[in-house]
Amino acid sequence: MTAVAAARSPRMNARTWDRVLIYGSAILLALWVLVPFYLIFLSAFSRPNDVFTYPKPLLPTDLSTETMQTFLNSTGVFASVINSIAVAVLTIVISLAFGAPAGYALARFTFRGRQAVQLVILASKMFPVAILSIPLAVAFLRLGLYDNVLGIALVHSAMALPFVVLVTAGVFAGVSNELEEAAMTLGCSRLTAFLRVALPLALPGLAAAAIFTFVISWNEVFASSILTLRQRTLPALVLFALQQSPLYFKFAGGFFMVMPAIVFIFFMRRYLLNLWGGR
Amino acid sequence: MAGIRMQGIVKTFGKTTAIKEISLEVKDGEFLVLLGPSGCGKTTLLRCIAGLETVDAGRIFIGDRDVTDLPPRHRNIAMVFQSYAVFPHMTVRSNIGFGLRMKRVPKPQLERRVQEGAALLALEPFLDRYPAQLSGGQRQRVAVARALVMDAPVLLMDEPLSNLDALLRLQARADLKRLHREVKRTTVYVTHDQVEAMSMGDRIAVMREGVIEQCEPPMQLYTNPASQFVGGFIGSPPMNFLRGRTKAGAFEGEGFSLPMDGSRVEDGRELLLGIRAEQIRFGERGVPARVQVVEPLGATALVTVLVGKVPVKVDAPVNTTVRPDQNVSLAFEPADIRWMDATTGAALAH
Repeated sequence: MTAVAAARSPRMNARTWDRVLIYGSAILLALWVLVPFYLIFLSAFSRPNDVFTYPKPLLPTDLSTETMQTFLNSTGVFASVINSIAVAVLTIVISLAFGAPAGYALARFTFRGRQAVQLVILASKMFPVAILSIPLAVAFLRLGLYDNVLGIALVHSAMALPFVVLVTAGVFAGVSNELEEAAMTLGCSRLTAFLRVALPLALPGLAAAAIFTFVISWNEVFASSILTLRQRTLPALVLFALQQSPLYFKFAGGFFMVMPAIVFIFFMRRYLLNLWGGR
Repeated sequence: MAGIRMQGIVKTFGKTTAIKEISLEVKDGEFLVLLGPSGCGKTTLLRCIAGLETVDAGRIFIGDRDVTDLPPRHRNIAMVFQSYAVFPHMTVRSNIGFGLRMKRVPKPQLERRVQEGAALLALEPFLDRYPAQLSGGQRQRVAVARALVMDAPVLLMDEPLSNLDALLRLQARADLKRLHREVKRTTVYVTHDQVEAMSMGDRIAVMREGVIEQCEPPMQLYTNPASQFVGGFIGSPPMNFLRGRTKAGAFEGEGFSLPMDGSRVEDGRELLLGIRAEQIRFGERGVPARVQVVEPLGATALVTVLVGKVPVKVDAPVNTTVRPDQNVSLAFEPADIRWMDATTGAALAH
C-alpha cells in the first residue's frame, strides 16, 4: 500500500530517501559512540571472571555489581574521585572567573593590541605540559602547592583558559551590544546591564564552556600524575594502577571515568539545546 | 517636559571626525528629524544625546540640566533602536516593564503602566509571548512601548522603521506620528529616508559629513533648500540643477539663455539653476531639451529630458503627449528658480 503510494508520488519518494539517509547517518554516528560505551558497561557489570568469556553475550543476561564493588572498594578510588571532582569544579570556577571577562573584553571592546592578545592566548597552547611539568613541580614544591588539589586546578585552568576565553568571546559577540545599550537607556548601569541582559543570554554558551572545562580537567592525566603523590585524581590513580591491576578492574575504572561526564552533559543539555522562545 | 540644547558638540573616532561642532536646539514637545546619508553622523549625534557616546567637546542640556557627563540612565531619555533591541529572553510583558522594574516602580503601578503601554501599541494579545514568536512589526512596537512607558520627557529613535517592509512602514509611520501627537514627548528621530522625514518632522535637520546643512520645517526645506546638497537630498525626484554663467543680467546655460531679474549678481559668476520637477512645464518657448524617457507613474508621468547632456526630471500630467526623442521647450516661473553658487553649492539670498 505504502509502496504503491510512494511509486505514484515521486516527491514523496525523494523525501523518504532523504529521511532514510538522515536517520541512517544519525544511527551510524550514535552506534559509533555508543557501542564502545556499551561494551565497557557490559564488562564493568559482569563477574570479574566473565570478562574473558568469548564470544561475548551482547545482551546483559548476567549482570553483577561485583566488579564495580571491587573497584570502588579498592584503596584510594573514593578519595581520588572526590579529588577529581574538587579539581574539576575549582578549574571551572577559576577559568570562568578569568576567562569570561577576558572573552567579554575581546568581544566588546576594540583596543590597541587586541589581535596580539588573541594570538598570545592561543600561543600559550604551544608549550607542551611534558616540558613544563618538571619546573612546575619544582615551583609547586616551593610554593607548597605540590600534591595539592588547588595546584592541579591551577594547572588545569591554565590549560582550559585559552579555550574558555575564545569560546566566551564568541558567545558574547553573539549577544548584540545594542541589547546592553538598550538596558542602559532603561535604567541599568553597565554592570546591571551585563548581569540582566548579556549574562542570561550568554548562559547556554557559558554552560558549554563549563562542560568543556570539566571534561578537560576530568580527563587530564599527565600533570595530575606528575604533580601529585597521595592526592591523586582519578585518571592519575587509574594510570598508576593500570600495570598492576587485572583487566576487569580497568573496565570498571573506564566505566567510572565516563559516567560523570555523561551525567554532567545530561544536565547541561538543557542549556545547550535551549533556544529562547522556542518550546 | 524638556527640550534639548546642544552647544558645540564635537565627536571623533580615532582620526575621523564624526561630528564637527554642532549646535542645535530641540524645543519642548517638538518632533525633530535628523536626516542624512549613511555616515553623515546622525546616529552618532543621537547616541551622544542618549549618553551612549561621550562627546569630545561641547555641552548637552536636557531641560535645564547639563547631562554631558551623566550616564544614559540618569539622562531622563528613552530610546528605540534600529534593531529594536528587544530582550529575547523576556516576554513582551517583561520587556515593556523592564525600565520600570529598574526604577523600582511599585508593582501595581508597574502593571498598570505596562497595560497602558501595550494598549497604546495594540500589543495586549502578545503580552505573554517571547520576541521570537513575534513578527518584525510587532517587535518594533514592543520597542516603542518599552520606551514610551518610561514616561521620559525625551524620546530618541534611531531608524525605527528601516527594518520593516514597505507596506508595514507606511502603517508604522502613521502610528508613530499619531503617538507623538498623543504623548507630546520631545522626539529626536534619525532616518536616511527623506519621505519619512518630510511626513513626520516638525523640523528636519539635514546632516552631511558631521555638519547640519539646514534645519527647518519640511516645506521650507523643500521649497528653499539652503544648498545644492539639501535640494538634491529632499524630494523625489530630487531638485534639478543646470550649470551656467551670468552675463549681462542673464543666465547662460548650455544652449539657452534666461534673463535674470535685477542685477544682484555680478557678471561672469558660475551659478546653478535649481528647479523642482513639478514646476517645469512643456511650453512653446524656454530651455530647449530632448525627451529621453517617459515613465507613467499612475497619477503623473515622470519625464526625463536632456538639456545638453544634463538629465532633467519633469513631473508631467499622465496624459502627456511628449514622446522619446521629441524636442521640447522647458518653461518655468522665475520665482520658482533657486540660484546656487556652482562652487560652494550654497543658495544665493533672494
